[in-house]
Amino acid sequence: MLITCPFCGPRDAAEFTYRGDAAPVRPAADAGEAAFFDYVYLRDNPAGPIREHWFHRAGCHGWVTVARDTRTHAIESVVAVEAAAVAEGGAR
Amino acid sequence: MTYSIASLVAGALTGHRHWKPAWRKPAPKPAYDIVVVGGGGHGLATAYHLAATFGIRNVAVVEKGWIGSGNAGRNTTIIRSNYLLPGNVPFYELSMKLWERQEADLNFNTMVSQRGVLNLYHSDSQRDAYARRGNSMRLHGIDAELLTREEVMARHPYLDYDNARFPIRGGLLQRRGGTARHDGVVWGYARAADRLGVDIIENAEVTGFLREGGRIVGVETSRGAIRAGKVGMAVAGNTSRVATLAGLRLPIESHVLQAFVSEGLKPTVDGVITFGAGHFYVSQSDKGGLVFGGDIDGYNSYAQRGNLPVIRDVCEGGMAVMPMIGRARILRHWGGIMDMSMDGSPIIDRTPIDGLYLNAGWCYGGFKATPASGMTFAHLLARDEPHPDAALLTLDRFRTGAVVDEKGMGAQPNLH
Ligand SMILES: Cc1cc2nc3c(=O)[nH]c(=O)nc-3n(C[C@H](O)[C@H](O)[C@H](O)COP(=O)(O)OP(=O)(O)OC[C@H]3O[C@@H](n4cnc5c(N)ncnc54)[C@H](O)[C@@H]3O)c2cc1C
Ligand SMILES: [Zn+2]
Repeated sequence: MLITCPFCGPRDAAEFTYRGDAAPVRPAADAGEAAFFDYVYLRDNPAGPIREHWFHRAGCHGWVTVARDTRTHAIESVVAVEAAAVAEGGAR
Repeated sequence: MTYSIASLVAGALTGHRHWKPAWRKPAPKPAYDIVVVGGGGHGLATAYHLAATFGIRNVAVVEKGWIGSGNAGRNTTIIRSNYLLPGNVPFYELSMKLWERQEADLNFNTMVSQRGVLNLYHSDSQRDAYARRGNSMRLHGIDAELLTREEVMARHPYLDYDNARFPIRGGLLQRRGGTARHDGVVWGYARAADRLGVDIIENAEVTGFLREGGRIVGVETSRGAIRAGKVGMAVAGNTSRVATLAGLRLPIESHVLQAFVSEGLKPTVDGVITFGAGHFYVSQSDKGGLVFGGDIDGYNSYAQRGNLPVIRDVCEGGMAVMPMIGRARILRHWGGIMDMSMDGSPIIDRTPIDGLYLNAGWCYGGFKATPASGMTFAHLLARDEPHPDAALLTLDRFRTGAVVDEKGMGAQPNLH
């Protein structure tokens, strides 16, 4: 699997560390137990498109948001997490 | 037909024309007392115990492909009960005891082979951790022996003892551990359940649930709707997908694990060996192939195939502990999709939805659990209360904080 880092170009996925589904958003500190349970433990775990965080450990040390299909491993896009957050109109 | 030496000899004398299909291929009935979704080892063992142990015979197993086409038929066949935590120890030992009488129970040769499982250690701290694990096992009446380097050398002279980074200092041995023939397990449970009246319905994918009020009262399948008093899910790596059909979100991710088989060799590796420093484990099949594996690929996947970096990693682990493996060629490798639960332990519990029961989260260790999973899930379905040996494997343990975190590595599926 090749991941095209926006800073370094196409690199072997082995250079990256996977940090999971990008969808869960940390709740506010006072959001309560149910919100934190949901954030820490529950996952959509989709069979299909997913957006996820990868860390370019053996490269630029940047964090990227990868849009990938879990059924085929096909990657649609890779953007820096900051850019992904701006595109969503919020800070992450 | 009951299998026996006499039936085999009689059959041999008549040209082996006596063999019959081992189970029927029934059309689904409109309704059952209990429908089990998923015809892997766990689903079939559940149906078998519903009938054999709890006397409930109006049961169907609904499988989207053919039985055993999931992880049951693609795992590395290791069975053991060398666990540490109260939530796991009695459960896996129940399973070990059921393995030990499985062939007699099922009247089927599942090739249970107690050839021993040896976990190597490479440092003082690892030795201490294994000593603790062994003590925990022995306190529960489970066999465990801490071997010295010399004792391991006598058993397995071909390992690399003087590896510069990970010298082998000794190992934790469970002699009662070993392997079983994975397909045989599936076929054995299928045949035994069928003989007790259970309908095994293949090529029927569950595509939705029938609901009345808040309750689940059956399943929609590609072969029509089937009503059920209760529905039990045992769909291994597809748990989130099927649960989504019922509107349920779970503490589970799906990950791919690969397995490898070498060309056939003469008897070489006696028992199962695990390399405690990397992640590598190996045994030799009765056909002679070395069967080995290592880490999961490390990211969510439903692809049922792996990627090259993990193949390299597994082979490096093999070379580090057993350099002679470099002389053997890899014949096949493949991947299976598993549930990774957020604490690395399984879930056998009711769900918040009436009528729906959950058997899931087996991570990469669920084959050894097959007999106990069937027994305890059947207990839950039949009696509506947990079996005592599976009572801590609850769904709400993540909410309450009572996680069963066998490896002490936290809620990161990619670390199990
Ligand atoms: C490569 C590999 C090596 C492993 N090695 C070991 C090992 O050495 N020791 C060990 O203890 N464990 C091991 N495991 C784990 C073990 O194989 C699994 O935990 C266990 O087999 C899961 O239970 P099961 O047998 O019921 O699952 P499966 O055999 O996967 O059964 C689930 C069934 O559900 C069916 N299904 C899914 N969705 C639907 C639907 N919508 N409708 C109807 N049916 C559906 C599937 O087709 C499948 O047949 C390994 C796993 C892998 C992938
Ligand atoms: Zn980079």
